[in-house]
Amino acid sequence: MIPPLARLWQPAALVLAIMLLIALPFGLERYGIYILSLWAVTTIAAIGLNLTLGYAGQISLAQGAFVGIGAYTAAIMTSAGWPLLVALIVAIILCFAVGWLLGYPALRVQHHYLAFVTLAFSTLAFLVFRNEQWLTGGIYGIFGIPRPTIFGFSTRSAQAFYYVCLGALGAVSLMAWWLVRSPWGRAFTALRENPLRAQSLGIDTRRYTLMAFAIGSAIGGVSGVLYAPLVEFVDPTPFSLVLSLNLLLMVIVGGQGFFFGPFLGALIAVLLPEWLRFTKGYYLIIYALVVMLLLIWSPSGILGILDEALTRRKTRRASALRAAARPTLDEGRAP
Amino acid sequence: MASFMSLVIAGLATGAIYALIAIGFSLLWQTSQTINFAQGEFVMLPAFFVLAAINAGAPFWLAALIGLVISVIILGAMFKRLLVDPMLRHGVLPLAIATMALSIFLRESVKEFYSAEASPFPSFIPGTTIGFAGISVSLQHVGVVLVAIASVMALTALLDRTPIGRQMQACAQNPDVARILGIPVERMIMYTFLINGLLVGIASLLVSPIYLAKFSSGETLGLAAFIAAIVGGFNRIRGAIAGGFLLGIADNLAAAYVSTQYRGAVPLFLLIAVILLRPQGLFGKAEERTV
Amino acid sequence: MKPVLEVRDIHKSFGGIHAVRGVSFDVRPGEILGIIGPNGCGKSTLFNCILGQLPPSSGEVWLEGERVTGLRPSQLNRLGVSRTFQLLQVFPKLSVRENLILAGQEHRGSMLSRLLGPGDAGLTPDADKMIAFFKMQHLADERAGGLSFGQQKLLDAAMAFMAGPRLVLLDEPAGGVNLTMLGNLKERLKAINEEQGATFVVIEHNMDFVMSLCSRVVVLAEGKVLAIGTPADIRANQAVIDAYLGH
Repeated sequence: MIPPLARLWQPAALVLAIMLLIALPFGLERYGIYILSLWAVTTIAAIGLNLTLGYAGQISLAQGAFVGIGAYTAAIMTSAGWPLLVALIVAIILCFAVGWLLGYPALRVQHHYLAFVTLAFSTLAFLVFRNEQWLTGGIYGIFGIPRPTIFGFSTRSAQAFYYVCLGALGAVSLMAWWLVRSPWGRAFTALRENPLRAQSLGIDTRRYTLMAFAIGSAIGGVSGVLYAPLVEFVDPTPFSLVLSLNLLLMVIVGGQGFFFGPFLGALIAVLLPEWLRFTKGYYLIIYALVVMLLLIWSPSGILGILDEALTRRKTRRASALRAAARPTLDEGRAP
Repeated sequence: MASFMSLVIAGLATGAIYALIAIGFSLLWQTSQTINFAQGEFVMLPAFFVLAAINAGAPFWLAALIGLVISVIILGAMFKRLLVDPMLRHGVLPLAIATMALSIFLRESVKEFYSAEASPFPSFIPGTTIGFAGISVSLQHVGVVLVAIASVMALTALLDRTPIGRQMQACAQNPDVARILGIPVERMIMYTFLINGLLVGIASLLVSPIYLAKFSSGETLGLAAFIAAIVGGFNRIRGAIAGGFLLGIADNLAAAYVSTQYRGAVPLFLLIAVILLRPQGLFGKAEERTV
Repeated sequence: MKPVLEVRDIHKSFGGIHAVRGVSFDVRPGEILGIIGPNGCGKSTLFNCILGQLPPSSGEVWLEGERVTGLRPSQLNRLGVSRTFQLLQVFPKLSVRENLILAGQEHRGSMLSRLLGPGDAGLTPDADKMIAFFKMQHLADERAGGLSFGQQKLLDAAMAFMAGPRLVLLDEPAGGVNLTMLGNLKERLKAINEEQGATFVVIEHNMDFVMSLCSRVVVLAEGKVLAIGTPADIRANQAVIDAYLGH
């Protein structure tokens, strides 16, 4: 039996975290609020990648490109006077469609080949952002992206826009939670763990693979749509391959296939540079070193390591209980 | 036509360097299933070993030698011992991701500890241009091609004609059988890492005088090497060589005839097309799919 | 009575190796058909050809009067053909119940209802029934990866029955299972056969298991059918004794 206290601590921690996130801006400077907003936006992109990579097991080095597509969609459309909400819908549809197409290679090739195809796509997208000056402003980018007015409230202040980001993070999290708990989430897991067996259970692995790419990419687009008005300026630099790599490392470090992995991974990636500010430029060196050490320890990430430890403890306790209840186990293990 | 020929020759020079990098890349894959995403940084780094030695007062030839030795030790032996060996038990993809982190580590280390600027790099070959039958050819390009070809020939001779080389090939084809035959598989794998260390060192000495030594140059070089290896055929050394030259020429022609802006897109399209239409590469052999 | 499955003259070769050389047989409703043969006789290749895992070089597969050659495994499964694998293939990170729900979910509703509907696709009662049938109630919430080999084997079999299949193909269900578990498994398979009228094809090289479970047996040798008949016929068949049982 699980004691009631142990069952309560998880929802309690969640409620506490949410309250903290709501209250935090009151104790922070403008820059602190910006960093927090950036965390929320980055987490959204990482949640998308976690669906594709963590749950469905399809490696993608293109998530940064989808953030870029979202950001440029928002920048171009809101500069032309469209509301951000319309830009959001357009970005979601656009990224979903492009992500769906990018999923097709995954039906033919796996693992490192897929990594290279998505990497190539990411680099191509960057070239388009940089070179199509008539649309994207080229290397000069797009300035003065307005922040939206929602129900008559202006979100121009850092604090107001933070709540927009937080609200979006909440909405995306809820939808992702629903998705991973639905039969789709189970099918994604099956696709990751054993596609052959999944097929034999009637799971249309082709359709689910494409969906995993499309949905993950669409969520990346959502992140970009928020990024543009957050920074109020969009140029190609942030959407290079480096962003895709970083998002991938975030998902891995946090724990791929764990719901809260992206939250943790993004927290480390966004806040660590701030905490390690005293190390000046060395933080990326330290970060890369820590990531390598973590991967050597266990590639399942921080939450994965915690989960393994918990499972080990649980099985130990369970087997102790079983041994006490039934001194002889008639059931042997096969060689 | 003359300019076309000059472009092809320049392309051969770039291609020769790509081929060297791609060979090392596919060697590591063949013997130990290592996808080295830091291969580009591996080429960027030795130039800085050499520059550091020159700054310490060594003459260029000695500095170059020191650079090669250090790159064999660090990028060959230490890379295998410290990162690949402990990661290999986790599988192919986690190791590949670890090398992504390694690439960040190397790039940022050079940026912080050496310089964020591009540094000029001395060359063994003078940069003069000679005219030949109306085609102007850079002596440097010719030298690069010759050195690269000599290196590749030495490597193929090692692999095909010496007992150690044949043992290495056996390990690449079937490590289990090789082990049964009494071949020291572990040591053979280590040799391929050392060879890769040497190849990237040579590539670094060849490429740095042309494109300067810069912390960020690994990204382009690494990408070119992956593309060359995959386009040519991942499981073949010959594939990597052909892929390297093909890519180098395509790259230079694209810069002249497509647009400088989208020059980088040509190899990428080539890569996507090859992966989708012929995943085993243009010159590779298809691996039997097992059910 | 119309056969559930008809296999007509299946050939399969890999390069120069002719693994299956013209195998034909049919499976009648409600029977348990055994396929036996020495290692390398083409059993698994034949299975993979029937199930759409490998395309046969020639020949046809018919399911209840419908030609199904060349369909993808997932399509075949949705037509009511399920299978187990020679090597264990459960999903270690999912619980026993989740594994069973997974095995049934694609047979219900549409993609949309699987996204918007309940998380268990309404299958928890069915899964629990199956768990009870295989006597694994105490393990329902355990991760499949934490079960013993024999328990995983039971779960593997249970997953094959989850969607109420018309035909189940079991690939070496007895392989690596200890004697207690083997009896348990055989008894459960017989029960499901009698209670639900489910039709089975079982590949095995455990002779006793096949002979005591199956109503008819196909003997394969070198990619061809050597004999078809009841266990008693097979025991008495001279060709089989010479080729397989003799030594």
